[in-house]
Amino acid sequence: MTKAANYFEEKYWKDGSLAEKMLAELNSLAGSLGRKVNIMEVCGTHTMSIAASGIRNVLPDEINLISGPGCPVCVTSSGDIDRVLKLAELKKGGLIITTFGDMVKVPGSRKRTLNDVKISGSDIRVVYSPLDALKLASDKPGKEVVFIGVGFETTAPLIAATVKEAHSNKIKNFCVAPLFKLVPPALRYLLDTGIAKIDAFILPGHVSTVIGYKKYFFLADEYAVPGTIVGFEPIDILNGISIIIKQIKYNDPKLRVEYSRAVSADGNLTAVKLMEEVYGTYDAQWRAIGPIKDSGYIFSKKYEDFDAFNRFCVAPVETEEPKGCLCGKVLLGLAKPPACHHFGKSCTPQHAVGPCMVSAEGACAAWYKYGIEK
Amino acid sequence: MFFENIPLACGSGGRLTCELIKEVFQSSFSNKFLNELEDAAVIDMPGSKIAFTTDSYVVNPLFFPGGDIGKIAVCGTVNDLSVKGAVPVAISCGFIIEEGLPLKILKEVVSSMKKAAAEANVKIVTGDTKVVERLKADKLFINTSGIGVVKKGIDVSQKRIKPGDLIIINGDLASHGIAVLNARNNLGIKGDIKSDCAPLNGLISYSIIPNGPSCMRDVTRGGLGMVLNEAASSCGYSIEIDENALPVSKPVKSACDMLGIDPLYAANEGKVAVFASEKNALKILSSMRKHKYGKRASIIGRVLPEKKAKVWLKTSIGAKRMVAMPEGEQLPRIC
Repeated sequence: MTKAANYFEEKYWKDGSLAEKMLAELNSLAGSLGRKVNIMEVCGTHTMSIAASGIRNVLPDEINLISGPGCPVCVTSSGDIDRVLKLAELKKGGLIITTFGDMVKVPGSRKRTLNDVKISGSDIRVVYSPLDALKLASDKPGKEVVFIGVGFETTAPLIAATVKEAHSNKIKNFCVAPLFKLVPPALRYLLDTGIAKIDAFILPGHVSTVIGYKKYFFLADEYAVPGTIVGFEPIDILNGISIIIKQIKYNDPKLRVEYSRAVSADGNLTAVKLMEEVYGTYDAQWRAIGPIKDSGYIFSKKYEDFDAFNRFCVAPVETEEPKGCLCGKVLLGLAKPPACHHFGKSCTPQHAVGPCMVSAEGACAAWYKYGIEK
Repeated sequence: MFFENIPLACGSGGRLTCELIKEVFQSSFSNKFLNELEDAAVIDMPGSKIAFTTDSYVVNPLFFPGGDIGKIAVCGTVNDLSVKGAVPVAISCGFIIEEGLPLKILKEVVSSMKKAAAEANVKIVTGDTKVVERLKADKLFINTSGIGVVKKGIDVSQKRIKPGDLIIINGDLASHGIAVLNARNNLGIKGDIKSDCAPLNGLISYSIIPNGPSCMRDVTRGGLGMVLNEAASSCGYSIEIDENALPVSKPVKSACDMLGIDPLYAANEGKVAVFASEKNALKILSSMRKHKYGKRASIIGRVLPEKKAKVWLKTSIGAKRMVAMPEGEQLPRIC
């Protein structure tokens, strides 16, 4: 592991002439590889940043950027979306469903969304923080407030803190639908199954800030796969790609932290401790993948009363993916969005067939919004 | 349309708003003035041309840094008239008040309207008041309509946009959208984030009109991204803007980055996008920069000869990508 002492001051983040130099170097490096290299990003914010900066259009043909299961809404299985919809339709008017914005537009197996349920009269509210949901619960003691807990290790700590506060303040009319997912087990799954050909990973910036970079040592140690943790500016991403290509060229796979302005070895210890207290892991269901070992958080014994699915007896639902929808393949890096026959025709952000078109961080939404062709 | 019941996104000024207008209102009310789909309709009257516009204001919260619902209700209508080259003359105001609204609040809003109307030099000449039962409206809604006179020889419209025209914006983008979002949700984002809400008729009549613009657009809901897409689809040519040239203040930029909001689609209440030939654009730019609402004016892009009606962005790393029409409301990201 080497830690870069690099030029990542803010003034370089969008430096056009620096980008030009980096691209020239990448072109000659990639040309010397003599093969195509597949680099997967596993963070929705990277997916959007790559698309918004147009990086794909200026990279050499040898470098193939593929999006992985990095969008929290997209990886939520359609069975779990159906469970959320069931919750939302319970006791109309008596239950307040609170959620981050993206979730309201995701269709379940019968094409219904939380937005549809809202228009039909259920009380669905977009909040910016689970703490807002908790405040709502304490302001309205006669109502049950449910927060839809979707997200990776980035959102899980804040929700853990909220639940802890509800527990210590004895706020009984608040609970959470736990649908959290963990990034490292998904990476391991991708490499174990070899389902997609992945030569290297661009690792998530925000998640790494929370869990720390040590959690990714296994990529190089056990699988000989390079990984770089990078920030979200175009220069950060170009730099990450450049490091990966050099490692591949010289057959020297390592974990590199190029986001040291935010990421440490052990991460945010307060957040990690909090998650260890409030959650335990289980084999979460991932869209189009199924269960992945120890890849999700549910509440630990002490906090199990806060599980909304248990509180309202909403059992897991078996469902099928929408017909012809390639979201599953897109999430695994097996298909690019335009390969789906729904893409841009029967599936648009206004009327999405699958979640990758709905979420602001989904790969299909990124390709559609920014008019990406290759 | 893909919906049977009106979703909230129909009010966001993006693609859904556009569809609703075209498929429900325009298809029923179709006429040559309405069909221009610009910020105000310009109607030929004996001896002169009159610009006419209307807008409803439903802001939550009613007061926010840099403005309030009353100031917006006046400025918005003044700006819609002004960008059509009209001198605003008179506006009407209709109030829909929720039962129980403190009188003090109504008085504050009205006093703000008085101040804005004085700055814009327009008269509020007629009005209407309705009070609805509690919970049948959210505190206070205001509708204003306005008329203005378009002087002879002035003709600005999207149809007049030509390849080679430069595009100017009069200052920093997205500050209204972020200021309201911050206030509405108590996000607690610190820094100088204030709505840009302002009447632009002075800037437009002194700095822009005399220098011959092809077109002007009031950049509000849906942001610059929406306005440029509408302009491209109306004139038929593609537009290219330069990411490095887009003015966004540092606090607003940081807030946008943090929340995952694209400043190109965030709302403004005191921004005009001006299209003009290169020669005229340079004159307009230097004149705008002398006006208090144009100090940070800059050239942000140009109209291309390409007849695809697309909007392209040259990114900071020199790549090119599309700027799509906004789909609906922008929602903060999850992680």
